[in-house]
Amino acid sequence: MLSRTASHLFWMGRHLERAETAARLMDVGARITLMPNTPEGYRNEWQALLQAAGNAQAFAERYGEATQDSLETYMFFDRDNPSSVATCLEKAREGGRIVRTALTSQAWDALNTAYQEFRVLERRPRGSLDTAMLTDFTMHHAATVRGAIASTQLRNDGWHFMNLGYALERADATARMLDVKYFVLLPRVEFVGSGLDTYQWQVILRALSAHRAFHWAYGGDITASKVADFLILNLESPRSMRTSLTEAMHHLEGLANRYGPGVPDNARAKAQDVLQALLERDIEAIFDEGLHEFLSWFIGEIGSISNAVYDDYLSGRMEA
Amino acid sequence: MYYNEMIEGSDVREPYSMLFDWMGTMPSDLRQMKQAEAESIFRRIGITFAVYGEGGDPDRLIPFDMMPRVFMQSEWRRLERGVKQRARALNAFLRDVYGRGEIIRARRIPERLVYQNDAFEKAVVGVVPPRGVYSHIVGIDLVRTGRDEFYVLEDNCRTPSGVSYMLENREIMMRMFPALFRSNKIEPVDAYPELLRQTLASVAPRKCDGDPTVVILTPGHFNSAYYEHSFLANQMGIELVEGSDLFVDGEYVYMRTTEGPKRVDVIYRRVDDSFLDPLCFRRDSMLGVPGLMDVYRAGGVSIASAPGAGVADDKAVYTYVPEMIRFYLGEEPILKNVQTWSLWKEDDYKYVLSHLDELVVKEVHGSGGYGMLIGPKSTAEEIAEFRKRIEANPGNYIAQPTLALSTCPTFVEEGVAPRHVDLRPFCLCGERVELVPGGLTRVALREGSLVVNSSQGGGVKDTWVLSE
Repeated sequence: MLSRTASHLFWMGRHLERAETAARLMDVGARITLMPNTPEGYRNEWQALLQAAGNAQAFAERYGEATQDSLETYMFFDRDNPSSVATCLEKAREGGRIVRTALTSQAWDALNTAYQEFRVLERRPRGSLDTAMLTDFTMHHAATVRGAIASTQLRNDGWHFMNLGYALERADATARMLDVKYFVLLPRVEFVGSGLDTYQWQVILRALSAHRAFHWAYGGDITASKVADFLILNLESPRSMRTSLTEAMHHLEGLANRYGPGVPDNARAKAQDVLQALLERDIEAIFDEGLHEFLSWFIGEIGSISNAVYDDYLSGRMEA
Repeated sequence: MYYNEMIEGSDVREPYSMLFDWMGTMPSDLRQMKQAEAESIFRRIGITFAVYGEGGDPDRLIPFDMMPRVFMQSEWRRLERGVKQRARALNAFLRDVYGRGEIIRARRIPERLVYQNDAFEKAVVGVVPPRGVYSHIVGIDLVRTGRDEFYVLEDNCRTPSGVSYMLENREIMMRMFPALFRSNKIEPVDAYPELLRQTLASVAPRKCDGDPTVVILTPGHFNSAYYEHSFLANQMGIELVEGSDLFVDGEYVYMRTTEGPKRVDVIYRRVDDSFLDPLCFRRDSMLGVPGLMDVYRAGGVSIASAPGAGVADDKAVYTYVPEMIRFYLGEEPILKNVQTWSLWKEDDYKYVLSHLDELVVKEVHGSGGYGMLIGPKSTAEEIAEFRKRIEANPGNYIAQPTLALSTCPTFVEEGVAPRHVDLRPFCLCGERVELVPGGLTRVALREGSLVVNSSQGGGVKDTWVLSE
């Protein structure tokens, strides 16, 4: 397949997953603000969200103080925000349009419909839209596109590139979502383990659509270490870092097997190393190391794997 | 008086008899529902048309009219013979002018029009492409003025676009009105992509052994016809490449793939000559494939249409196509040319300038309905303005009478009304010369308008050929 086509498919996957992440982050934020978390009443936790998403500074420069309205605009509609739903959907759709020949008509149809309907939504007065509705809209369309891809695309190299994009982006997104908790401050140190602390963990579970799944898997009380275990190491959890990385591995292996020894597979080797490092830890070790430090390490490693994918397959390696 | 393709005198013509009943029984709310459905399908599959320099919505749709345009098989067979005849003559002309130039030696066409033509590529003189074919897809624009009166408005030998509309319009009609197709014998057009692939494979270069690898070369997704490029690649199951995906190594062209370089044998290019190879044509071009022309000249790759094919579809050369048919084929032209005044000729110039209010004046190299004057539809100021442009550069213009384009029934606000149409069939030239029974019918949706270009308020229709 053309290197350029592979690149568009890879980034299409990443952008679709990223659009969903933006929506999920907003959902976390909106739920946290419903919780009175200071003795004085409500406190602004939007800042935490922006820090986890890695764009606090860009936001501050454009909007100043973070409010629900400004954040909603920024996360959903702002085309200057590279991670907004608008930007991601537009890029995914543009990429899809460029490689139309590599998509089934069902997959393209779903992707294009998502984009066209977003444009309709965009033109509606902001007052008529609320966060829950925007989040549902995004997740609904993300799921439709994902379903169309899963049920109709040929299981060829294009399939691997698309899903590799999805998987790497999802691994990154779950890590960032967990990191929100690091930035959301508890009022005082004795709140650790309190109802408020538990509530915040619960919100993260909900945002990852993992609330009920968690209860099936663990039962009992929601504790920090159980939630973190579920989202980092549990292989049954569909969005856990380990599951996502295992899926990425699967697709890297698919490519390596398909292309044979003539084509470099450094990305696969790198992913293998990271997965190994993940498996050598348990959740206590991760908390001892510091959750935030661990997540930062992981996010960095996902970046390295992504770079290796570029070097192996997407760069048009063979120069004339 | 305009020829009405549905009504002759007080009778409904045979091709339209069944549509006439259909129209009569269709409730207007059903029509509106179907129209909305058609538009939503078009938008969802992503057929949109962006016009350069017009701004606005890049995803604008070309309006689709649900009322088909219909030919009887007997009418079509004659058109088919005429179109194929013309395509053969144009290719013979190209073979000749890049070779010995017999037609010029025989003084049947002025030397200046050929060798001094901007579209004449000196870089390919003496290069004979496989099977001697230069123009592999010939789009012939036709208008009808009477029952048996068809005129060729222009020839498109380079990269005629619009065939995706022919195919998609049909898909949509079949999806929306299956009953019409069940009760009528409408000849299918869906063989086109396969025929195109066979045509392209049949002109693989000498050095190609085994199955030829065919690709489509597009300027990229910002091009207004990108949808079509991608659609055709998909239908044929071949790669859609941009210049940067290709490179030359030694005597072959390769594309960059995830598995390393892959050799390319036939390039169906949808870019202009000047953007093919910066080493050969435009040095400032960032597009194109450096070294491509060397490989082409040495028979390492085929390019469709061949570089230089444009010299045959110039509006000045157009006037000589009937001569070409007689000269190369020894036949009388089946399709007529429109009478054309060439403004670089003294007498023609005088005549045209004194009859601007009756004539259509076009730029020799213009396209898309731009840079033209439609005398009878223009104000005195517009005519005066255009006169200055002609006076400044007469050699750049030709003039033709305003043709009485035929009309077809078309859905409009108030119901069904006649609107003017033209027709572009797509003729394929490779090992064989092929024409699928259909084409792109464009319709001027504004009442009285004779301009069918999509950039100027035109729409499209499905085109049917009924088996008898």
